Amino acid sequence: MTGTSLVSVRDLKIGAVTDAGRKVEIIRGVSFDIAPGEILALIGESGSGKTTIALSLMGHARSGCSIDGGNIRVGDHDVTGMSEARRAGLRGTEVSYVPQSAAAAFNPSKRIMDQVIEITAIHKLMPRKQAEARARDLFRALALPDPDGIGQRYPHQVSGGQLQRLSAAMALIGDPKLVIFDEPTTALDVTTQIEVLRAFRSVMEKTGMAGVYVSHDLAVVAQIADRIVVLKDGEIQEVGTTEQIIHSPHHPYTRELLAAFEPVPHVPVGGRDVPEDRAVLEVSGLCAGYGATINGEPKAKVLKNVNFRLERGRNLGVIGESGSGKSTLARAIAGILPAYRGSVHLGGQKLEPALHARSKEDLRRAQIVFQLADTALNPAHSIGTIIGRPLSFYHGLRGAKRDARVAELLDMVRLPATLRHRLPAELSGGQKQRVNLARALAAEPELILCDEITSALDTVVAAAILDLLKELQGELGLSYMFISHDLSTVEAICDDVLVMYKGEVVEALPATRMSSEATHPYSRLLISSVPQLDTGWLAGLEQDPELVAAFAQR
Amino acid sequence: MLRSKTTWLLIGKRLGIALITLVIVSFAVFFATELLPGDVAEILLGQAATPEAVAGLRKAMGLDEPALMRFLGWLGGLLTGDLGTSYVNKMEIAELLSGRLANSLRLAGIVTVICVPVALSLGIAAAMWRGTLLDRVVSMLTISVISVPEFMVATLAVLIFAVWLDWLPALSYGVNVDSLGAMLRAYAMPVITLSFVVSAQMIRMTRAAVIETINTPYVEMALLKGASRWRMVLVHALPNALGPIANAVALSLSYLVGGVIIVETVFNYPGVAKLMVDAVSTRDLPLIQSCAMIFCVSYLSLTTLADMIAILSNPRLRH
Repeated sequence: MTGTSLVSVRDLKIGAVTDAGRKVEIIRGVSFDIAPGEILALIGESGSGKTTIALSLMGHARSGCSIDGGNIRVGDHDVTGMSEARRAGLRGTEVSYVPQSAAAAFNPSKRIMDQVIEITAIHKLMPRKQAEARARDLFRALALPDPDGIGQRYPHQVSGGQLQRLSAAMALIGDPKLVIFDEPTTALDVTTQIEVLRAFRSVMEKTGMAGVYVSHDLAVVAQIADRIVVLKDGEIQEVGTTEQIIHSPHHPYTRELLAAFEPVPHVPVGGRDVPEDRAVLEVSGLCAGYGATINGEPKAKVLKNVNFRLERGRNLGVIGESGSGKSTLARAIAGILPAYRGSVHLGGQKLEPALHARSKEDLRRAQIVFQLADTALNPAHSIGTIIGRPLSFYHGLRGAKRDARVAELLDMVRLPATLRHRLPAELSGGQKQRVNLARALAAEPELILCDEITSALDTVVAAAILDLLKELQGELGLSYMFISHDLSTVEAICDDVLVMYKGEVVEALPATRMSSEATHPYSRLLISSVPQLDTGWLAGLEQDPELVAAFAQR
Repeated sequence: MLRSKTTWLLIGKRLGIALITLVIVSFAVFFATELLPGDVAEILLGQAATPEAVAGLRKAMGLDEPALMRFLGWLGGLLTGDLGTSYVNKMEIAELLSGRLANSLRLAGIVTVICVPVALSLGIAAAMWRGTLLDRVVSMLTISVISVPEFMVATLAVLIFAVWLDWLPALSYGVNVDSLGAMLRAYAMPVITLSFVVSAQMIRMTRAAVIETINTPYVEMALLKGASRWRMVLVHALPNALGPIANAVALSLSYLVGGVIIVETVFNYPGVAKLMVDAVSTRDLPLIQSCAMIFCVSYLSLTTLADMIAILSNPRLRH
């Protein structure tokens, strides 16, 4: 194998020093090979070490980390043995890197062209004129609009999907033998993701370069990789061809990952004695926006005339891409962003538009759970204090009574009661989101607005949170308004779905029949853009180019 | 480069804010000096003055008019360049100030020319080789300099260089400054003392600003493109740290005009700060007010300049 492979990694060990000064091993003896022209995927949850391994192929370890053992060879170069200066000579010419967030990886103060061709300047590969011509060819190959002029712009002047493709051009300009893609489509909308994936695939096929594709999303990886390495806690669980991993996985962990992809049809909680006429939430003609108000209307109007009705005990999903107004809708209902027109009725009672004008009772009945539990929990307060606050505020509980209720709530979200003395930083992402949920439950609400609450979590952890939401609904008779960009999540928990586009509800339909009955062109485009766990999905996907041009913000 | 209208709008806005601040500050300066204890007429006439004489003098000096009227008159005078007359020696304040201001600006200019390049290079170098011996030595020195009060530095400098070694004159003023060598000797000690105080803060702020940008993904991206450490810091990190650095430099330099009273006193240097202290002891209100206004204007113009650099160095605002 060593004779023919482009990359060989043997018994790689990478250590990290924690904030407390403790030394931990984060990569524990990983070995794999990559053949020339082959695309290898590294897949795993956050913390599995996939990015760390990918960066080590360039001889780079992030601050606090160090390559402690093993051997990495790329081409004829012994990456682990060489000096930092010689490694720098390797970067960009032999191995190059496509970052997760191109928006952050482009220097905001320099023109795109200067950054794309920087590799040729650093390594003195070719004169500037020639490098610019080559960059424009790459822009064309990556299907970027205005390939001749886009280089003159600054990073903030192009869209996220375009930046991601520009970062691929930046990686390919030095004609490397190996390209590392580090979750390059994770931050993109599904309709944008398709175009970027297509561009990557065709460029990689044409140039015959080898690649490492780091991702947590099996469906995306299935479209582009030849072989898959499944990682967990810095160790390889399973290696196999893409077909084999997807269709006949051996390792239980791989099966668990795949199971998280299985569509779980949602069974409505209904059928019990739900008062028929009582809608828990009724929104009519709602308009909201940001910016200075002129004649009672804000400058930037986001929500335009939104109408819907959510029955008690049912769940409503709101889907759409970034910028479609999903979160603004939740904020307007919660009163954080007062609507300037239209009305919100909660359990038949009209709510004041602004938060401060609402009564305590109104506030109690609708709670909101945010996407990032990290920023929503005060890092200086213990879990017990965080959950205890709404108990004192809404229900006047104090002392032992309050403590008992905190323990009850922790039990409700399946967390041990001993956790209440801990600080948020000591909890995992999934645990923090459960605490966040417990805090909302503490108010004993009728409605919980869930704003992308599973988006920042790994698939397996997210699936567990969804299960918990369903159980809680059965026990407490709650209703959820569930905002997500992820259609399978919405399918798993919602009865009805609203499709939003540019601040308007373009379609409302039952979740179970979402894929079969959606009629609005945008809904169809959105649904067809969700990657399927099938290696031939992207190649076989046909989308109406006019539709794409009309709706996708690529 | 400057194509966008919004840039000019932002700059115009910033200048407008500076002007409004200036008016508020002048108001505060005027009425704060009004609050100073003691009556000018009584002080001028001494203890033996009769109440009639005091009242007469107050009337002659216009002190019996309402404070607001006097403020407006004073503000109008400022705008037309008429700073008024000193209560104490009846000299034009503009005349009193001009020489002193030139002295202060000369000292500040010399310190700026020496300090800014040195402090910026040290700050950038410390950030570039973060955690190395160089960084630790620079950090320790800056912390010790910040912690030692400037009168200590000034007094020690006099003790060592003037008294023990007898290399430099202890006083900066009144010595013969005909030749370049003599001038260098005259200015050496105040410049060294001020440089210590001013550059420590600049070094720390520059280091922090550069380190913050070094930790961004785009600088890591530059590393992964094979860029050298020099290129990473000078080409990628530094342009994005210009705004905060400009602000740190402005804050430090603004100290040079108004905050140098101790240094001016120790070295008997005839600058504006010393003039103001003398004016306070003689209750010379117009002079105090003018000095205070000079400090405020220099402070405001420096911070405004720094903000404008920050606006212009940000391509999001420029394009």
